[in-house]
Amino acid sequence: MEKKSYYWIIVLVGLVMGIILALQFRVTSNIARNAPAVDRPIALARELEKARNSRDQLQKKVDELRERLDQAAASPELARVKEELDRAREQAGLTDLQGPGVEVTLNDSSNELQPGDNPNFYVLHDGDVLSIINELKAAGAKAISINGRRIITTTEVRCIGPTILVNKNQRLSPPFIISALGDPDTLANSLKMKSGVVDSLRVWGIQVDVKKVDKVVIPAYPGGLVFEYARPKN
Amino acid sequence: MWMGIFLAAAGLAIGILIGFNIPVILPQDYAKYMSVAVLAALDSVFGGIRAAMEDKFDQGIFVSGFFSNALLAAGLTYIGDRLGIDLYMAAVVAFGVRLFQNLAIIRRYILKKKFK
Repeated sequence: MEKKSYYWIIVLVGLVMGIILALQFRVTSNIARNAPAVDRPIALARELEKARNSRDQLQKKVDELRERLDQAAASPELARVKEELDRAREQAGLTDLQGPGVEVTLNDSSNELQPGDNPNFYVLHDGDVLSIINELKAAGAKAISINGRRIITTTEVRCIGPTILVNKNQRLSPPFIISALGDPDTLANSLKMKSGVVDSLRVWGIQVDVKKVDKVVIPAYPGGLVFEYARPKN
Repeated sequence: MWMGIFLAAAGLAIGILIGFNIPVILPQDYAKYMSVAVLAALDSVFGGIRAAMEDKFDQGIFVSGFFSNALLAAGLTYIGDRLGIDLYMAAVVAFGVRLFQNLAIIRRYILKKKFK
């Protein structure tokens, strides 16, 4: 009886030993296989090279397709459509425009803040910018930009801390230079009306400067226009 | 004696087969504990062989030593990891030295037997 249990114990110990040895061997070889390769930088450089190549190829493809598009657009029956498209793009704000207009420079108040005053009255707000833009639109401005960002139909002007946000992701900080394209006299006069926008801002010492200029350059809206929900009604 | 060696080898072979074929694989975080436990178990095995050579083999001591040494070594490594000390060094050194000592004694017994 004693002899037998002694054998069993030897078998058991051998079994346990074998299992943990094999497991350990597997884990160790796993680690060796998963260890980062020494030539990782080389592999990365190769990957980069590959990505560059594919980028160049794609660029070539884009150029080729553009050329084909140009050729297709150049055909005579498409000239009218193209013209219409160009006009639509111009109206949508997707082209650079230039012409006479005004330049309005806005900056925070230069007034000394008196104790007990609300500092909010002396800094520019999104509402101030909006009212200027609104006035310019009412006076017939054809294209408007703030600090070189085009204002299109869907552009919002929002307050985020000391800055404002336009076109969803463009953060602007004072001073704001609002350029508007249109009849310079009409635009300037609409802003400088008695108890108009400029007057009401100057009450708080906000620096408003309206300048008529012969040549205003309004850049195109750089992003794409996506109409996810809007569909033309048939 | 020979029966014991045969059984041990058979157990080892079956164990290795099982170890290579079971689908579970230990997470790599535990590999360190496992390796120290393997060293401790190996030391116990050599201690057992030496005891058998000296005719002092006691299965109770052997089995309890086998498991407690392995568990203690793994536990020591774990505690060392938690404390930020390489405590597994203690296990490695202790069991390593004993391993070689046991091996030397076993060698001597074998040589003595052979050249008697």
